[in-house]
Amino acid sequence: MKTQTAPGPTGTASADLKIVPRRHLGRWIGAAAVVLLLVWLAVSFSRAKIHWPTVQEYLTVPVLIQGIGVALLLTAVAMAIGLVLGVVTAVMRLSKNPVVSGVAWLYIWVFRGTPVYLQLLMWFNLALIFPVIGIPGLYSGRMIDILTPFVAASIGLGLNQGAYTSEVVRGGILSVDEGQTEAAQAVGMTRLQAMRRIVLPQAMRVIIPPVGNEVIGMLKTTSLASAIGVSEILSEAQHIYYVNNRIMELLIVCAVWYLGAVSILSIGQFYLERHFAKGSSSRQLPMTPMQRLTSIFGTKRKA
Amino acid sequence: MTTNVLVRAENVHKSFGLNEVLKGINLEVNSGEVVCLLGASGSGKSTFLRCINHLETLSNGRIWVGDKVVGYRQDGNRLFELSDKEAARQRRSIGMVFQRFNLFPHMTVLENIIEGPVLVNKVKPAEAKRHASELLARVGLEGREQSYPRQLSGGQQQRVAIARALAMKPELILFDEPTSALDPELVGEVLDVMKDLAKSGLTMIVVTHEIGFAKEVADRVAFMHGGEIVELGPPLEVLGNPQHERTKAFLSRVF
Repeated sequence: MKTQTAPGPTGTASADLKIVPRRHLGRWIGAAAVVLLLVWLAVSFSRAKIHWPTVQEYLTVPVLIQGIGVALLLTAVAMAIGLVLGVVTAVMRLSKNPVVSGVAWLYIWVFRGTPVYLQLLMWFNLALIFPVIGIPGLYSGRMIDILTPFVAASIGLGLNQGAYTSEVVRGGILSVDEGQTEAAQAVGMTRLQAMRRIVLPQAMRVIIPPVGNEVIGMLKTTSLASAIGVSEILSEAQHIYYVNNRIMELLIVCAVWYLGAVSILSIGQFYLERHFAKGSSSRQLPMTPMQRLTSIFGTKRKA
Repeated sequence: MTTNVLVRAENVHKSFGLNEVLKGINLEVNSGEVVCLLGASGSGKSTFLRCINHLETLSNGRIWVGDKVVGYRQDGNRLFELSDKEAARQRRSIGMVFQRFNLFPHMTVLENIIEGPVLVNKVKPAEAKRHASELLARVGLEGREQSYPRQLSGGQQQRVAIARALAMKPELILFDEPTSALDPELVGEVLDVMKDLAKSGLTMIVVTHEIGFAKEVADRVAFMHGGEIVELGPPLEVLGNPQHERTKAFLSRVF
């Protein structure tokens, strides 16, 4: 029958033809290159005069564990300040009130326009401008007593972070359709209620990935706080290697702790993103590692 | 008759910059009446509708819903725009259904419907949920409480949006081209729900291109052109025997 034959080589029935998937030659070459590089690095490290027992020994030294604890605590406090400020100033910047949006703009301009390092030093030395702090008639204290290195670092890092987070949050808010606010207003919500209940939850999906990035960035930026006397992990490690001269060993210990902390934070981000992806797609949510594991074993059992 | 009037627009003007979109609209809608606003795109139908619940401010004129001026407080010969909070309070009794549904995508169907009653009217969640299920049944979507909007067809989404508007127990519902974003085969299911509402005595102002719906359901039809209502009357008169040049031209293009 003529209708059944398409133009082209004939002679084999379609059912007998085999489909050969594309070959990924580049992947194999790439993988080989990566393995070679890793082997080379491993050899260099083992040949170098790194005293591995020292690394192992210092990995669990209380001072360094405390140091990473301080770094994590500082990250949490500074990020909390940064997020609150970021959301508030983002909403302020989108306000129709020119004074309100102007104040937010000024804040972002100042704190994004100067180095964090400089800001930290200024907060730490704030006593030079305001020697005494207090509420008239209620409370007063000396600035140097209140503004300890940790407090100064929290405020400094938090205010700087807020200026960046503000822009991220503003981008998130702008990504939500204006119709959502109108629909919320149509059921009697005020603008602020609409922002809190309808717009921000949807903006979160856009906001979380860059904020996750910033949390991780913050964890590492806390090392700058050593400049104003905060005892975080990197400064503690330096204090140790100034004495025993095991420089690389102690830096490797720090790297291990930082990597560990970042890995945990990344896991948190995965679950947070999953939570706010609710309803955003008709497709299913990405599987958690646990679900992936059970699904693999589940299919195996079936087979 | 005046006791019966629910919506009264008086000399409503609206400009966006130099562009005057509404040039003095006068319209009275009685309680329980269904009025369809027809007209070409850009004639100001949707803008006028959005003025009725103060999603747009007015440049001139007044709109009453019930005994209150919408969005403004009159003091002597001045109109002071209400605060956001006061405007929101007024909108509680005015429902609105949008062309693009505007359901809240991060909430389930049930959450979409009870959000307003619970947050704004302080209805108890259990009570609001019961009412929501009743409303879903009324729009033919019983059992879909836990679906997300994305999982529904356009027609189903619009019916949820109608249920959401009804959940606030409004005295008036505004429909802004409720079927224009729908596939042709889904238009009917939404119009059926709206016919049902019209029969139940709800006051409705409907911006639409569905001439058939206007003919069948509307008590009166207003034809708008260039920011003015050029013809107003019972559908059979306006649609069957149009007097105005523009109405004739529009209808000949639609049919």
